[in-house]
Amino acid sequence: MFEFLVSFIPRAVVQGIPLLFGCTGEIVTEKSGNLNLGIPGVMYVGGICGVIGSFFYENSLSDPSLMNPALGILIPLVCCILGSLLMGLIYCFLTVTLRANQNVTGLAMTTFGVGLGNFFGGSLIKLVGSEIPSISLTATSNLFRATLPFAESLGWFGQIFLSYGFLAYVAIIIAVGASLLLNRTRVGLQLRAVGENPATADAAGINITRYKYVATCAGCIIAGLGGLYFVMDYANGIWANDAFGDRGWLAIALVIFTVWRPGVSIPASILFGGLYILHLFIPTGTDLAVKELYKMLPYVVTIVVLVITSTRNKRENQPPESLGLPYFRENR
Amino acid sequence: MIHVVKRKDMPLVQALAIRFGIIVFALVVCGVITALATGLNPIAVYGTMIQGSFGSPRKVWILLQQVALLLCVSLALTPAFRMKFWNLGGEGQVLAGGFAAAACMICLGDKLPNAALLAVMFVASIAAGALWAAIPAFFKAKFNTNETLFTLMMNYVAIQIVAYFVIVWENPKGSGTIGIINQKSEAGWLPVVGGNKYMLIVILVALLTIAMYVYLNYSKHGYELAVVGESPSTARYVGIKVDRVIVRTLILSGAICGFAGMLLVAGSAHTLTTSIAAGRGFTAVMVAWLAKFNPAVMVGSSFLLEFMGSGAGEIATTYGLNQSFGDILAGIILFFIIGTEFFITYRIVFSKKQKASEKEQGNV
Amino acid sequence: MSEKQPAVSLRNISKSFGPIQANNNVSLDIYRGEILALLGENGSGKTTLMNMLSGIYYPDSGQISIDGKPVSIGSPRDAFEYGIGMIHQHFKLVNVFTATQNIVLGLKEKGRFDLAAAAEKVKQICDDYGFDVDPNQKVYDMSVSQKQTVEIVKQLYRGAEILILDEPTAVLTPQETDKLFAVLRNMRDDGKTVVIITHKLNEVKDISDRVVVLRKGEYVGELVTSEATTQEMTNMMVGRQILLNIDRPDPEMKYRMERIRVKNLTVKNREGVTKLDDVSFVAYTGEILGIAGISGSGQKELLEAIAGLQPVDSGSIEYNVDNEQVEQLIGMDPLKIADMGVVLSFVPEDRLGMGLVGSMDLTDNMMLRSFRRGTSPLADRKEPKHLAELVVEELEVSTPSVSTPVSKLSGGNVQKVLVGREIAAAPTVLLSAYAVRGLDVNSSYVIYDLLNRQKGNGVAVIYVGEDLDVLLELCDRILVLCGGKVSGIVDGRTTTKNEVGLMMTKLGGGEDQ
Repeated sequence: MFEFLVSFIPRAVVQGIPLLFGCTGEIVTEKSGNLNLGIPGVMYVGGICGVIGSFFYENSLSDPSLMNPALGILIPLVCCILGSLLMGLIYCFLTVTLRANQNVTGLAMTTFGVGLGNFFGGSLIKLVGSEIPSISLTATSNLFRATLPFAESLGWFGQIFLSYGFLAYVAIIIAVGASLLLNRTRVGLQLRAVGENPATADAAGINITRYKYVATCAGCIIAGLGGLYFVMDYANGIWANDAFGDRGWLAIALVIFTVWRPGVSIPASILFGGLYILHLFIPTGTDLAVKELYKMLPYVVTIVVLVITSTRNKRENQPPESLGLPYFRENR
Repeated sequence: MIHVVKRKDMPLVQALAIRFGIIVFALVVCGVITALATGLNPIAVYGTMIQGSFGSPRKVWILLQQVALLLCVSLALTPAFRMKFWNLGGEGQVLAGGFAAAACMICLGDKLPNAALLAVMFVASIAAGALWAAIPAFFKAKFNTNETLFTLMMNYVAIQIVAYFVIVWENPKGSGTIGIINQKSEAGWLPVVGGNKYMLIVILVALLTIAMYVYLNYSKHGYELAVVGESPSTARYVGIKVDRVIVRTLILSGAICGFAGMLLVAGSAHTLTTSIAAGRGFTAVMVAWLAKFNPAVMVGSSFLLEFMGSGAGEIATTYGLNQSFGDILAGIILFFIIGTEFFITYRIVFSKKQKASEKEQGNV
Repeated sequence: MSEKQPAVSLRNISKSFGPIQANNNVSLDIYRGEILALLGENGSGKTTLMNMLSGIYYPDSGQISIDGKPVSIGSPRDAFEYGIGMIHQHFKLVNVFTATQNIVLGLKEKGRFDLAAAAEKVKQICDDYGFDVDPNQKVYDMSVSQKQTVEIVKQLYRGAEILILDEPTAVLTPQETDKLFAVLRNMRDDGKTVVIITHKLNEVKDISDRVVVLRKGEYVGELVTSEATTQEMTNMMVGRQILLNIDRPDPEMKYRMERIRVKNLTVKNREGVTKLDDVSFVAYTGEILGIAGISGSGQKELLEAIAGLQPVDSGSIEYNVDNEQVEQLIGMDPLKIADMGVVLSFVPEDRLGMGLVGSMDLTDNMMLRSFRRGTSPLADRKEPKHLAELVVEELEVSTPSVSTPVSKLSGGNVQKVLVGREIAAAPTVLLSAYAVRGLDVNSSYVIYDLLNRQKGNGVAVIYVGEDLDVLLELCDRILVLCGGKVSGIVDGRTTTKNEVGLMMTKLGGGEDQ
């Protein structure tokens, strides 16, 4: 059993980290009252922008061993952040400044973002002219996957806690940070007020537009990092079109599952990661088809949580009150 | 200083002109982007797009069928949207319907005469789609459970159920797909009408469009669901059973989605995969919204999106680009159209006097 | 006064919302250390004007100056910078936050974010003024007056110099009102400026130093309160001298019978708070039964219980068809009540929220009650259209056409559409809540007249009102509610305003007659 956990937990964690990024990003966004269904697209864009950055950096060098480790990490990181930020700005411009419908804008962003990811992914693959339809960025990936040198000597402890690339810890730090920000700071209080009741926040002199922009763009950047983590760390630097799959939607499911609490999202994302790969650990010999049913678990669990929270009328567990609604001060 | 003011009513003609103008503008922008990305003459690119959609009778028919299928899903979602119920579960409901149709074809293909089989498939697929929509509707009606998120999750449950059966019904074993169902007997395939295999779907959806238009604008049900959408307390006040209307409307919405699933499986693909809905459940949300939930206008908006899709596909094959290029173009056009609505609803007022007094304030 | 520097001066302020001109060329001055009453009927543009001062709306034209300097108030934050704080009629509070969280919301205090210290300071303010608020209580657990207290404490916490209150007494008991007024006087004596928006003359007399009157969005004039008479203020407010000469025909005693019998009715709301407590009364045919009480005393629940819209905890509501046949209305919904052949019309308080659908046109709104008629799955729009045209003509509804969405009509016209439809059903019981709220004087008389005609037709009319003068002149009997209990039923012809007022505020003022 212990053996099993030592091998299972790290795999659940690496599955969970992209979800954790996406979920934290979406919670921060939703707390401002914006329901960003474009998160799956944003995560694709975050991933592909990082890939593009490191692709050109790696290819500009005659030999991967010449790579400057700092640049090797910074270039994809900055590209990813810029790409996700741009997506956030598009969403905010349409929904906040132009007051467009959030659901429609979000879905359009997902179409756009997934398309963008696959298009540039496909183009790069063509550029390389490789046999297999994927791009491999091993040198960059090795930088992202670097662990503490002594981690391996610590046995099971190292396995479970120290065997991950730095972005995994960044994800946890961001989630903890977001939790503290939302619950312990003035900014967090004001952000929650914007999402709950923008008219009230407005009357209190809070700049609604700025809060929505900043929260949504920050949320997009965080979610975009999830895409970057997925390619560079989880997938060993290999980009293949559609490989990211529906993890973006799973991240949105996770937001509901955690009842909008970034602190809860840390264990919850690992749990979801575990549910996502549970089928790999079912004793062999079972019907292959049953594994597909196991993949359903995260969604079913989310639905159950959604139903339970709505039946239990506890005010603190409800979605932000103005979630999905545009705000116009002079509406009348 | 800039202020935003709600417009007094804009004349319909002007509003339509603005919308049309922005679509043209968006197409130009897309052309420029394409030219930048490919180094091609944008006019040639558009030539290719039109070629891709209208280049041959077959291409026209394929486009028409695609428009019909997208329109069918959009029509399905519309009653729910008019009721302000955000049904984002079209994907799952279509899949549920397609799954039911495929199940009938596989399990009953050699047991029933074709007409009876088609009837059973019809009933099964609309029942499956309806069930898939009725579950979130029930919880919405009973506990006010957030329907946007619920229907979204239901999509993935449906996908996994289909994924399970794709493996169960794998044919040949080990291929990971079902393959063409009843390829020899063609049992459960929609009949060819008018000598064209695409014709029947187009006709069925055209009839459905008219029926939906009448239902929404002239029927008692259509009136009821509009009242529920606009003001649930007024609905209760006149004795409309809001819960019942929500569930009833979603059963209709899901049933038509299920029907679309059957058209896909029995009329077009003749197989079942997890991606058979191909994002139509989501694209349809945009189609319906662009048309302001008016079935007649939806014909146009679904045509526009499918034209972009097939046109971009043609660009991709002709110039060796990636198929996803179409998604990017569709995304850009949608951004433009979504943004335009603002300028139809609101007016921007620039006040210069304001600037002067603000400067003054700054100096103090 | 004019030689003093005004704290706030408004010059030629105009503001319109679509076709509605809310303020037209209004100019007025507000001075430090005074309590100014802004008086006007509902819809006279008082709130809109003050919203422009507090940064909620932005004027289309005109200039605001603070201490003589022209300023631009583009947001509530700007308003706050100038020391302007407004307490809105609809409280601007976040439900899931505590009192303290709401109070510190939007503040830019220096140093660490310390809610405990803030709570301490809130407690201090509450103790100083005698407010009863738990700083850590969540807003969703609070009563209306507690919420208002939080709003006021919020402004005090921020040290607002100019405090604007929008109809603050509408939700308060007299005791709470007295307490509020005492605080306001203290603030004035501190040198602060208070603006109170109201349409109640007694409050103007009671609290203000000066009164500015608005009518139909325009400035009418101003008076020093101590020198003004009630008659003078009324004249300025309504434009011409009005005696409330409302007709009150005597009920036709010959055919009079009991129509609605309410016995021991108890209603709790969703949160389990008792809204109606052991209420019993009878409504007769051919009379207008008035319901008086400060707002929120259970009027809404009472009407909705009779109309079949409110779940009831105990008691009975009987509908007397004739003296032999009696129907029980409890447990029925509006549809079942109609199916029993009981024609019960209901003009609810929130017209566009409940009685009508704002985005639909007049014809479609006329259909609301009747669209089910016939077996065809299609709805008939011919008759409703006819009815809409009839209502427009008979009640002089001003509308471009019957295919205009009702939300585009003014309040009075919206009400006429609603009342017109409800009366067209030829009811035997007519329930109305605040039927003249927001209506101009002429429209109000149209409504009184319609009610009287229904009474003449033998309808049992139940009229929930807020203006005691109207209740006293219109109703045959008046039932007074206080805190969900019946504090008495009096004869409208013999009772006095004083008597009813007393009953509204405390129990035991009188027994059933």
